Amino acid sequence: MLKFIIKRLLWMIPSLFAVSFLAFVLIQLPPGDFVTTYIATLASSNEVVDQNTAAALRERFGLDQSMLVQYLKWIWGILSRGDFGISFEWQQPVSGLIWERMALTLVLALASLIATWAIALPIGVYSAVKKYSIGDYAFTAFTFFGLSIPSFLLALVLMYIAAVEFGADVGGLFSPEYETAPWSIAKTLDLLSRLWLPVAILAVSSTASLIRVMRANMLDELPKPYVTTARAKGLSEFRLLIKYPLRIALNPFISTIAWLLPNLISGSVVVAIVLNLPTAAPLLLQALMAQDMYLAGAFVLLICALTLIGSLISDILLALVDPRIRLE
Amino acid sequence: MTDILSITPRPSMAAGKTLLDVKNLVTEFPLRTGIFKAVNDISFSIEPGKTLCVVGESGSGKSVTARSILQIIDSPGRIASGSIILNRQDGTSVDLARLDPRSKAIRAVRGRDIAMIFQEPMSSLSPVHTVGDQITEVLRLHLNMNKAQARKEAAELLRQVEIPNPEQALDRYAFQYSGGMRQRAMIAMALACKPQLLIADEPTTALDVTTQAEILDLIKRLQQTTGMAVLFITHDMGVVAQIADDVLVMHHGVIKEYGPVDQIFHTPKDPYTKMLIGSVLKLEQKAEIRLARPPLDTTAEPILDIRNLSMHFGEMKALNDVSIALLPGETLGIVGESGSGKTTLGRSIMRLYDPASGEMHYRRADGRVVDLARLEGRELKAARRELRMVFQDPFGSLNPRMTVAQVIGEPLLVNGLSKGKELDERVCHLMDQVGLDPAGRERYPHAFSGGQRQRIGIARAITLNPRIIVADEATSALDVSVRFQVLDLLMRLQDELKLAYIFISHDIGVIRYMCDRVGVMYRGRLVEVGEADKVCNNPDHPYTQALISAIPRPDPRDRDRSKRFRYIEPSPHIDPSNVKNRSSAR
Repeated sequence: MLKFIIKRLLWMIPSLFAVSFLAFVLIQLPPGDFVTTYIATLASSNEVVDQNTAAALRERFGLDQSMLVQYLKWIWGILSRGDFGISFEWQQPVSGLIWERMALTLVLALASLIATWAIALPIGVYSAVKKYSIGDYAFTAFTFFGLSIPSFLLALVLMYIAAVEFGADVGGLFSPEYETAPWSIAKTLDLLSRLWLPVAILAVSSTASLIRVMRANMLDELPKPYVTTARAKGLSEFRLLIKYPLRIALNPFISTIAWLLPNLISGSVVVAIVLNLPTAAPLLLQALMAQDMYLAGAFVLLICALTLIGSLISDILLALVDPRIRLE
Repeated sequence: MTDILSITPRPSMAAGKTLLDVKNLVTEFPLRTGIFKAVNDISFSIEPGKTLCVVGESGSGKSVTARSILQIIDSPGRIASGSIILNRQDGTSVDLARLDPRSKAIRAVRGRDIAMIFQEPMSSLSPVHTVGDQITEVLRLHLNMNKAQARKEAAELLRQVEIPNPEQALDRYAFQYSGGMRQRAMIAMALACKPQLLIADEPTTALDVTTQAEILDLIKRLQQTTGMAVLFITHDMGVVAQIADDVLVMHHGVIKEYGPVDQIFHTPKDPYTKMLIGSVLKLEQKAEIRLARPPLDTTAEPILDIRNLSMHFGEMKALNDVSIALLPGETLGIVGESGSGKTTLGRSIMRLYDPASGEMHYRRADGRVVDLARLEGRELKAARRELRMVFQDPFGSLNPRMTVAQVIGEPLLVNGLSKGKELDERVCHLMDQVGLDPAGRERYPHAFSGGQRQRIGIARAITLNPRIIVADEATSALDVSVRFQVLDLLMRLQDELKLAYIFISHDIGVIRYMCDRVGVMYRGRLVEVGEADKVCNNPDHPYTQALISAIPRPDPRDRDRSKRFRYIEPSPHIDPSNVKNRSSAR
């Protein structure tokens, strides 16, 4: 097992290099660079930037050098000093920008994940055990609604209702007075009081799909002979459900951890923009549009690292819970 | 023998002494179109210490009967009427049919008074819990033992069912056990609370004959020491003859005949029972079609000559230096237990596997000899048209999304031999040949029964006018009454199309009925080749002798098991099954 983990960790190094290089190339592929975008933005507000200024800017950002040199400089900075470069647009170190956003992203993602699992798993099991009952049909109807309503639409509607009907201020994760304030107990409470709306919106569609998956998994397991064996032993229906089919039906969910982590960054972009949430996704989108390549590059690198780590974690967990995999 | 004959099987005559009294039991499954009575008004009784065999073909309701007793019928089935009286040792009685399937009362009976073992020991044990966990669970549930006591008792139970190193075996998983060991573990689990009745639902069907004989012996021994009754469900008349005190013959949910085993086998009254017994006795001799044939020309050049064929999967030698020849028009049987390499041999001949070494000389219609082991590309494709295969599983081997016409016509289509109206005509002709109504060609496989599906598989195999057909356990999944129809069809086609068969089977009876010569495989090697009569009745090799001795004789008057023995290989060499166990135990 240890050998397996070390091997996987070592494999991550070349993968990360390959992905970082690819990301760097991809970000630079569209014609122009950050300066072009910058000049275009200025031009739209009737400011004219002459060629000399542009060249000076390019030199300052290091954009006049060849792509390979830029890449090597960037990577060397990361490896030697943990320096991910400076964001052109924000004129701040990339690492600072990202970490600030990541903390909130993590809180939001974890909260919606817990909400999703806590609601979806019991409902999924219920739907499977009471197949074709009124309860099952009701939940099925709910899941189809949940799946078919786009979450940004739900966000808009809920915001409208909260703002117009209840007069609540729902955009963002903080009240204006706490936005720039340092962390304190009051600020945390403020965050919690505003967290429910984005969590609810994000949870609706994932809960809906999770219920369907859980129901299908359970329906696969319930007719298996080992369930009948357990029943023939005299176990109560609830105990045998928890111990046997549920245990096995949960295994596929462990595999989903592999894409949960990268989803932290790139998931739910639209909802985050609509709700004006200070999470990572809108920042990534903005960085890509502005060709802010160090910021975007750092994000892509992070997504890649999280994907690799996520799949490693899910593989280890799967091996822990399923002896068939462990002993192969 | 005398004690068997002295039993009075009728419940009315033995009232008061019986353990379980089933009266007018009806179990039904509501369907969209009405109600299906899987068990229709049956009555029987079981006495302490005796064995009642329920025998019947698939769909006869024998499993549903067993499950009704414990109220573990698959949804939406339910007991509609009748009574199931359990007379406990302490004098109390309870009508199991009246209990709610989820009630505490029935749960107290399950696993404690009445325990059950199932057909598939692999899937009947949880794949993610240790065997020990699953055994101790019953002990803790019914006998209120603590963890340490339960573990000690579980180890004792495993020792009782003769599992080596029970302490270590407790912490292993079902998939690390061999098939026979899994069924032993299931039995240990069922016996944990010393039940008065053990219901065994086809417990040996998935096992090899030698393992089956051992499990049957084990159940018998345990029955003698504990005095429990056994309700044994099976479709195998040989097993019935060996173990039953009383026999209940079921067909389409009703009882056809019920009586002591000797009466059922030697003076059956019901025509269905006679057919069942007859089909078993039929397998004791050659097929009539074969008796009518002129003797095989043994001097002819072989159509397929296999020399020193070897095939490895990792360390395991699935085929170890196998040499055998097939004459034109001959049926060559390959017999062996699971893991003996018989299926690998069949697949190597089809070149579904690339053999590690050896030659397979195939004589084509024009007299040219090619080595199948070396053929590539177009040559191989051409040869494959003349070598076809019929598979074991009539359900899994037909694509459920293709109509029967597409299934049968596909070989013609992919080889570019026929299309359009001509293809349709040929498909109709093929269906006629295998005894299917061509009108059903636009239907999908699920609309056909197991026997009909196997006919579809055979039609697909003969589509391209092959010269050799490899039939891998082609009749193992079929009921006895259908089995003969398919075997006879295969022999009729052999006469019509001048086919040579390689007939792979674990069933000596089928081999004796069908084959001219037999090769016996054991752990990748061919240990004996000879005339079918000789090998089946008077074999030379000790392994074949052990195999034959393990087959349950379909005669209750011939129950001498002292002749049975297990073959133990004399020379020490790498044992493939051990290699497998060792690597999976790591």
